[in-house]
Amino acid sequence: MKASFGFAFKRTLPVLFGYLFLGSAVGLLFYKAGYSLVWAFLAGVLVYAGSGEMLLVSLLSCSAPLITIAFLTLIINSRHAFYGLSFIDRFKNAKKAYPYMIFSLTDETYSILCSIPEKGDREKDGRIIFFSAFLDHMYWICGTIIGSLAGRLLSFNWAGVEFSMTALFVVIFIEQWKNYKSHLPVYIGLGSSVSCLLAFGASGFILPSLIITVSLLIILKNKIPLENSKLQEAA
Amino acid sequence: MNSSLYPLAAIAVAGACTFATRLVPFAIFGGKREVPETVTRLGKVLPAAIIATLVVYCLKDVSFVSSHHGAPELIAIAVTAALHLWKRSTLLSIGCGTVCYMLLIQHVFI
Repeated sequence: MKASFGFAFKRTLPVLFGYLFLGSAVGLLFYKAGYSLVWAFLAGVLVYAGSGEMLLVSLLSCSAPLITIAFLTLIINSRHAFYGLSFIDRFKNAKKAYPYMIFSLTDETYSILCSIPEKGDREKDGRIIFFSAFLDHMYWICGTIIGSLAGRLLSFNWAGVEFSMTALFVVIFIEQWKNYKSHLPVYIGLGSSVSCLLAFGASGFILPSLIITVSLLIILKNKIPLENSKLQEAA
Repeated sequence: MNSSLYPLAAIAVAGACTFATRLVPFAIFGGKREVPETVTRLGKVLPAAIIATLVVYCLKDVSFVSSHHGAPELIAIAVTAALHLWKRSTLLSIGCGTVCYMLLIQHVFI
């Protein structure tokens, strides 16, 4: 138990720094919109989505109807609908925490879990993925509280610290690159996201890009060798 | 609507909708039925493609045609990647890359 927790803590450390900052940015937005700590905390616990919560604050401040909030939240978080595909079986390792694993599957938790290969013992793996997801959630909530309470008082210039999330994805990108012999999925992901970004612009490219990526991966499935991936051998 | 009822309902709605997006694949394939082989395969090759997409997602608001041409982002990514290929220590790569980016946007590319 302790070993799994320690392992998860080490693996999620990069998210700690990123979430403390991003979370406090969201907490600060709540504060500025006139919503006290309680609301920022509740959103951190129950919504737990960076871009989703930023959207929520702006909708709250213009008293948007609930149906609008529902519709826009579904759209902005639609990319998450693809993440679970890699964890349909693996999340069962977490047993009772299965629903929580689904609830807490953010961009960052997704990439951390992808970077931890599933090893033989299902029970141990279940503990590790649960602790990783749970710790990320706690970092986020702490960040939200800090931002809501003291974000405006911090004298240090934190501008740019949000880059830690980009850096996290770059590092996991390199790890994935080294672990898989076939780089076709990476080319497909890069190609479709860059071309969709150029075609649809920053606010609407992610969904068409993921749909194209998934379609191409299904069409080309026989060209991507699974057996060769080193992760498979290790498992 | 009551003043504290509205934000409460809004948070509940936003939370439920976020959960719904994450639930989709589990609701379709997560039951007792056997997961189709195509989906299993897809789940194994998807992470590499999605992580690549997330890197692009992080850079989506960077303007490569105006002001600094995305120089701070590109330099910081190069530092992160080079350090990671050299030392392969996740925290070192992310820490140095982030500090490098902060210095660049606060002091160099103002």
